[in-house]
Amino acid sequence: MAAKTAGKPKLAVWKFSSCDGCQLSLLDCEDELLDVVGAVEIAYFLEATRAKVAGPYDVSLVEGSVTTPEEAERIQTIRRQSKVLISIGACATAGGIQALKNFADVADFVTAVYAHPEYIETLATATPIADHVPVDLELRGCPINKAQLLEVLGAFLAGRKPNLPNHGQCMECKQAGTVCVMVTKGEACLGPVTHAGCGNVCPPFARGCFGCFGPKENPNTAALAARLGELGLDKRQRRDAFRGFTAAAPAFRKESETHE
Amino acid sequence: MTNPAKPKSSKPDAFVMDANRLDALIGALASSGHAVMGPRVADGAVILGPVAGAADLPLGVTDRQEPGRYRLKTVKKDPAYFDFAVGPHTWKKFLFPPREKLWSAERAAKGFAVREDGIDAARRDKLAFVGVRACELAAIAAQDRVLTGGEYRSETYALRREQTFIVAVNCRTSAATCFCASMNTGPGVGAGHDLALTELGGGKDHRFLVEVGSTRGEKVLMALNAKPAKPKDVAAARAAVAQAAKGQRKMPKSAPTVLAGATDSPRWADIAQRCLNCASCTQVCPTCFCNTVTDTTTLDGSGAERWRHWDSCFTLDFSYIHGGAIRGDGAHRYRQWMTHKLSHWFEQFGTSGCVGCGRCITWCPVGIDITLEARGFVKDAKGKRKG
Ligand code: SF4
Ligand code: SF4
Ligand code: SF4
Ligand code: SF4
Repeated sequence: MAAKTAGKPKLAVWKFSSCDGCQLSLLDCEDELLDVVGAVEIAYFLEATRAKVAGPYDVSLVEGSVTTPEEAERIQTIRRQSKVLISIGACATAGGIQALKNFADVADFVTAVYAHPEYIETLATATPIADHVPVDLELRGCPINKAQLLEVLGAFLAGRKPNLPNHGQCMECKQAGTVCVMVTKGEACLGPVTHAGCGNVCPPFARGCFGCFGPKENPNTAALAARLGELGLDKRQRRDAFRGFTAAAPAFRKESETHE
Repeated sequence: MTNPAKPKSSKPDAFVMDANRLDALIGALASSGHAVMGPRVADGAVILGPVAGAADLPLGVTDRQEPGRYRLKTVKKDPAYFDFAVGPHTWKKFLFPPREKLWSAERAAKGFAVREDGIDAARRDKLAFVGVRACELAAIAAQDRVLTGGEYRSETYALRREQTFIVAVNCRTSAATCFCASMNTGPGVGAGHDLALTELGGGKDHRFLVEVGSTRGEKVLMALNAKPAKPKDVAAARAAVAQAAKGQRKMPKSAPTVLAGATDSPRWADIAQRCLNCASCTQVCPTCFCNTVTDTTTLDGSGAERWRHWDSCFTLDFSYIHGGAIRGDGAHRYRQWMTHKLSHWFEQFGTSGCVGCGRCITWCPVGIDITLEARGFVKDAKGKRKG
């Protein structure tokens, strides 16, 4: 679909509980930013512009997880205004690092951290967007990979399916020629159960993948946990390995809970 | 497709050269326009990449391989250039790249202008491989059967293959994960090379036996002033290679037939409990050829590209047809991989799909051993016959 100036699809970018890193990935598309602006009308994107255009929106990119009662309501409004809703990043798709509170008592945190706990209004859990509204597509990662974001936008504009492989990180290593850190160094690595798409960021730097893209298609987390045990990780370390940036993703949550 | 064989003549076809002439060999290949690829140490492993001279090769490096474990060691005494077994990379990464742009299209005044990027790149890729092992020659031959003939022919593969000069190396050591001898693919080089080296000695008394496998190999060797080999050099080389076969793993002979009859074995579910379905085994396997294509479009709709990349029978999308994936669980996927490699490949391509290189054993993050699993199925079959 060629973009006409008048009828360009309207894009909105929304923020929930998050660090803004994923939205920045869009601004980080320096070379392609002009193409993006040429192809879509940026109707709402506070990180980039103060101008706001009222909905409805053709595509909404949603960053962040739902951690406050206000957010739980706001996501409903956004869904109603959006033809296509894409959640972006580990927070929006798996709760993010803040979902660690799901495993603890939030009231304790609030009293320990804040001088005036009575001003804090927070939910007991941090949850992915898909727990609240139907999501059309999830883009993984902490942060998302900008090439994948452009692929999704390009696919949306052309009316085709985006190429977003569901396989694991090991295939990224192998195809990039990265030498396996688990096999050569006994390094703990979550790659065998982690969704591909980051562009093979961590293992080339001699460290294991820490799972920021969340679980791949049928992840065998139990078999990996057993291997991590053989490599010397104790119970607590195994629990924590699955409890990182995507701790609330069901497969990782369940695995971490078996090592409590 | 094999390299053009050398016509029979009365000229000798075994020569000896000093180890320091290896540099001249690499130089000769480079100066005749080849991009020379060979083994080198990086990130704790012997990988394959560009080599500018003998100094880039892993002199004095050996490896220890076990299921799911790989470590390098350096030897001080009589260091040799090739006393390690195959590593994580395979030559298929050059002949059949993991990602390859096949073509691209730009919107023109009328329709599209199409560029054949894949063919153009393959034509420019004049390669020389130094250090190809016997199992790897067998693997290249297996990929040749799939990718240069029949219905899955890849023009880019065929082009690269035709231009590639191969310097093979006979193994005088093998890893504990190797099982080429039981697959009849090694450790000695049979066919498919332009030149074949066997290392003699090491350190101070360090030479190579060089055997000629093709006319173009002979031409390159003649420029290096190698001397005809003495019978005792040839005998020493053969003895060293025979030594390498000792201590290897073994694939049971009956594996192809046993596996063909093991479709409903409970073993598949047992393996699936341990298997991560991470696909590492297929990616490191030198014969695995499965690939897929994806199309991409630019944001403004003015251009499109078609890419081919490695795929694997361990992914869910691989067996996806309308409505769902046929091989939904890990048991079905491991069964597909193992029975195809060891059994159905014979019906499809007339040989085994496994050459016994052992990579899938070493590079499996949880150390699943295809020979051990095969032995399990063979044991079950024997039990059934008796019972
Ligand atoms: S480093 Fe990790 S992700 Fe890469 S191949 Fe090894 S186990 Fe898989
Ligand atoms: S390798 Fe793993 S942790 Fe590192 S960026 Fe990729 S998905 Fe995230
Ligand atoms: S199946 Fe394993 S041992 Fe056989 S050729 Fe492939 S990687 Fe090598
Ligand atoms: S056998 Fe090993 S390498 Fe192959 S998919 Fe299973 S866990 Fe991965």
